Amino acid sequence: MKHLSRAYLILIFGILYIPILTLILFSFNSSNSTASFTGFSLEWYAELFASAETFIALRNSLILAVLSALISTVIGTAAAEGIYKMRSKFMKSAVNSVTNIPMMNPDIVTGMSMMLFFVAVAAIIGLEYESIGFTAMLISHTTFCLPYVILSVLPRINELGDSLSEAALDLGCTPIQAFFKVKLPNIMPGVLSGMIMAFTMSLDDFVISYFVGSSNFQTLPLLIYSMTKKKVTPDMYALSTLIIVTVFVLLVLSNIKSGKKLDAKKKGGK
Amino acid sequence: MKKRHSFMRSIAAAPHIFWSVLFIILPLLIVLYYAFTDASGAFSFENILSLTEYAPIFALSLELSIIATAICLVIGYPLAYIIAKAKPERQKLYIMLLMLPMWTNLLIRTYSIMAILDDGGILNTLLGTTMHIVGTKGAVIFGMVYDFLPYMVLPIYTCVSKIDKNMWEAASDLGCSPVKVMTKVILPLSMSGIISGVTMVLVPSISTFYISQKLGGGTFELIGDTIERQFVTGALNVGAAISLVMMILILLSLSVMNKFTDSDEGGIIV
Repeated sequence: MKHLSRAYLILIFGILYIPILTLILFSFNSSNSTASFTGFSLEWYAELFASAETFIALRNSLILAVLSALISTVIGTAAAEGIYKMRSKFMKSAVNSVTNIPMMNPDIVTGMSMMLFFVAVAAIIGLEYESIGFTAMLISHTTFCLPYVILSVLPRINELGDSLSEAALDLGCTPIQAFFKVKLPNIMPGVLSGMIMAFTMSLDDFVISYFVGSSNFQTLPLLIYSMTKKKVTPDMYALSTLIIVTVFVLLVLSNIKSGKKLDAKKKGGK
Repeated sequence: MKKRHSFMRSIAAAPHIFWSVLFIILPLLIVLYYAFTDASGAFSFENILSLTEYAPIFALSLELSIIATAICLVIGYPLAYIIAKAKPERQKLYIMLLMLPMWTNLLIRTYSIMAILDDGGILNTLLGTTMHIVGTKGAVIFGMVYDFLPYMVLPIYTCVSKIDKNMWEAASDLGCSPVKVMTKVILPLSMSGIISGVTMVLVPSISTFYISQKLGGGTFELIGDTIERQFVTGALNVGAAISLVMMILILLSLSVMNKFTDSDEGGIIV
């Protein structure tokens, strides 16, 4: 049974990883063939680094991800606190269902609805769609990030309960002080993991950006899409390899960090 | 007085409610508007009525995504189960191995399988064959399974690993055979994980357009491709009508599925 489990794990992880590993291998190919490996070279990386387009797309993606993560974290954390305090059950569930719409809906529908909305907005304020391109993108990304922030903060607030902030109020804090000095530090892990999730969701998004975006604001996934639309060139392999390696490093780092925390907790317990 | 008080308590949610109304509900209303008007803005049922010609595409998308979801479940459940039963350090490693492809952009993953399965691709070159895989239904289903398998495994894993270890022992002490332990105890207890897994695979599969574009080789069209084509050609009214129908179908089936589980943790992972 044990051997069978192990064989099964190897088989499935093998299938999951073979395409990714071949892609990494072929990014070092000396010819531009994507089928046979003719020798090691870094020319695709050189070509990639020589293109300004890649850097602009990377910069755009990062700006967008940082801003939408920050905005959605602020609005989302406040929202979680507000939802927690809502007395009316109906109101609570109404807000929750609306919040979850972008998460439940297929991305393509969210993208379509956002695009139509911004086309209408541009027409009403009398501007070209291109000139509100970045704002449209930022608003869309913030919107689909919000539910992830709320869903990671709300359980923390529920868990924490009211007693701490009531104590703070009794000791003379204003409600605002009680929130920032007492509650917020306690729910910080939830806030941070919501922010990280929002950041990665924004960085990774293709479908919604594809619908909402305009030609003057290209993100990394949009660049990859336009690269794969034409005939295959290995510089796209090089770009993908860099992205995969970055993701891998981030994953390992976050795991080491949480591992350390776990160890510290264990030690503290003893 | 009391009413005002209870409103003030949840004032923190106000920016979020404002944001949701403006950027979630309003865009959906605009989709509704577009779906029921023609290009000149006059009220018309034409877009909705013209949807009958897309019925075969709807059916095909449904067929392929249901098959892909079923395969994900059959492959993913044992995988999640094996991971959940492994030693804690091992579990961490396996989950990380599962997250890496998940965090890698979908475009890259899809593209990497295309490079392998393509007519002049790696598989055919290695085997010296001329198999025609890209452009078949099988290739599209494979792409969906490959891309979305981690979304099936993670929620099931979370669910199975939370099941009290004593459950197994209690059931077998009371005379259940291993098969019965599985079908009568473990499977029902992991139902909420299965349902969120199914949702998280079905929704993106049914609405994908990149997978079918790359691995379908342009030979057939899924509903996502249809929406994307209306978007590219500027036939926004028809695109809105298809999006509307798809959204209603998906939200309906999700609410039906959610009836089967009373857990409110939903499909959130990471």
